Amino acid sequence: MYNNQKIVDEVVGQFGDKAFAFEEPFGLLTFSTLPGNLVDIVRFLKEHKELKFTFLTDITAVHYPDHKDRELCSVSHLHSWENGLRVRIKTFVPISNPSVPSLTPLFDCANWLEREAFDFYGVNYLGHPKLERILNMDEMDYHPMRKEYPLEDATREDKIDALFGR
Amino acid sequence: MAEIIVPNDVNEALATNRPLVSDKEYTTLNLGPTHPATHGIFQNILTMDGEKIVHTEQTVGYIHRAFEKIAERRPFYQITTLTDRMNYCSSPINNFGWLMTVEKLLGVTVPTRAEYIRVIMMELARISDHVICNSILGVDTGAYSGFLYVFQEREKIYEIYEEVCGARLTTNMGRIGGMERDLSPTAIAKIKDLVNNSLPKVMKEFEELFDRNKIFRDRTVNVGPLSKDRAMAYGFTGPNLRAAGIDYDVRVAEPYSAYEDFDFEIPVGHNGDTYDRYMVRNAEIWESIKIIKQAINNLPEGPYYADSDQYYLPPKKEVYRSMEALIYHFKIVMGEIDAPVGEVYHAVEGGNGELGFYLISDGGRTPYRLHFRRPSFIYYQAFPEMIKGLTVSDVVPIMSSLNVIAGELDA
Repeated sequence: MYNNQKIVDEVVGQFGDKAFAFEEPFGLLTFSTLPGNLVDIVRFLKEHKELKFTFLTDITAVHYPDHKDRELCSVSHLHSWENGLRVRIKTFVPISNPSVPSLTPLFDCANWLEREAFDFYGVNYLGHPKLERILNMDEMDYHPMRKEYPLEDATREDKIDALFGR
Repeated sequence: MAEIIVPNDVNEALATNRPLVSDKEYTTLNLGPTHPATHGIFQNILTMDGEKIVHTEQTVGYIHRAFEKIAERRPFYQITTLTDRMNYCSSPINNFGWLMTVEKLLGVTVPTRAEYIRVIMMELARISDHVICNSILGVDTGAYSGFLYVFQEREKIYEIYEEVCGARLTTNMGRIGGMERDLSPTAIAKIKDLVNNSLPKVMKEFEELFDRNKIFRDRTVNVGPLSKDRAMAYGFTGPNLRAAGIDYDVRVAEPYSAYEDFDFEIPVGHNGDTYDRYMVRNAEIWESIKIIKQAINNLPEGPYYADSDQYYLPPKKEVYRSMEALIYHFKIVMGEIDAPVGEVYHAVEGGNGELGFYLISDGGRTPYRLHFRRPSFIYYQAFPEMIKGLTVSDVVPIMSSLNVIAGELDA
């Protein structure tokens, strides 16, 4: 049986410092990579004879406005059913050029998940067959889940950030 | 008379200034957004050659309500009401899935009695979800009476919800740290009556109506099959994946609540066609009945909420008497509890498959980012491939057997 440490050994053995920032929040192995290496790492995990990360659980994006030059993060969750292990791979990109390679050649279900991340965060998935908005209307000209768009009316004083512990 | 020039391709048509005539003429049919057979608001633009489907264009998002954005401004306990409205056929599963995610982040341990109550409610929800899906499949293939038989049982399940939490459809069941109240004797009696007497009887009758029915089998067997590999590539989970023959179930793969205490089986199908999906759902209803029987007969004594003043509302009597209880009551209701910094992914087996909650907390009182992994949204992508080359009459049963719930699709 594989455990998280063995996955780390395999990935580091194959890719060296191309995979970095390893951590294990709540037992789920998490690491980061650069956009250029994402597809190679995911393909390696998917086609590895024993790891078998053959299932893509989820792709989503997160916006960190305070991170200089790495504001947007594309997060993929992979799952190895046979080993009962999950892996979370993060790719940070600058908001000025948010290009991440698409995982659609490896997993068909990445199609809509990437469209959703594009729709709400504007992550540009390179090589995606049809990168269009999916849940919002086509006429929309901004990406609404980014942090600069507040949910509440900005003039309201009873819902300032301090009241939410920030 | 001059010979009629029929250009063969676009270049020839431009050169001879003749219209390009194709021997194929396609019909476009809009199935949806508001079509009685879609059981929800989403559109399929079918391009058809005669009655054969050549191409399908899907449009979703008609009832998108921006839950993920709204959740970024709400205290954790108020997000439970958003999760109700995703898969509204089995809202308790969504509620508890979210509560378990928060409990994982906060490090709250839920007592066994509450876990058992949750399992019972989640399995009831699964039954009501599957019952709706299968009976509507019957309606879509022309058999109305089965639908009426089982809907009486769904009504009984909703009465149990009402007894347990006060609501029927959008339940907001449970609280962070346990349940909001204990199972009442009436609720226990109703659950026992349902799983021991009425539901097995009606399910048997329902299965007798459909399982070996010639018309039903003609409409479903070998309609819309999907191989294991394709199902996996398309991110199928839940009954639709198991119908294709893969025995992945979150309840067994990563047991949450008290599922490791119960003895049940995972039914799987052969080739993932509409009939297999129907059979897997029916078999799962029987397994759910088995789980509920085990849970209700071995319901442990003890508290039904965790001993955590900070996150679980203190009893009202205490609030009037002690200062700490009053302070915590105020802080919880006003959503002034700071959550620890962390990143959690928690998955539960929803009615349609792996329902995941990806929560990032930055130490504030609301999530920094919350993403719902909605199974319907992911597997509905496979629909064009499944219906390609089939006729319109097959489209509707395939769609119903996939159990695409618009609320979950659009979030």
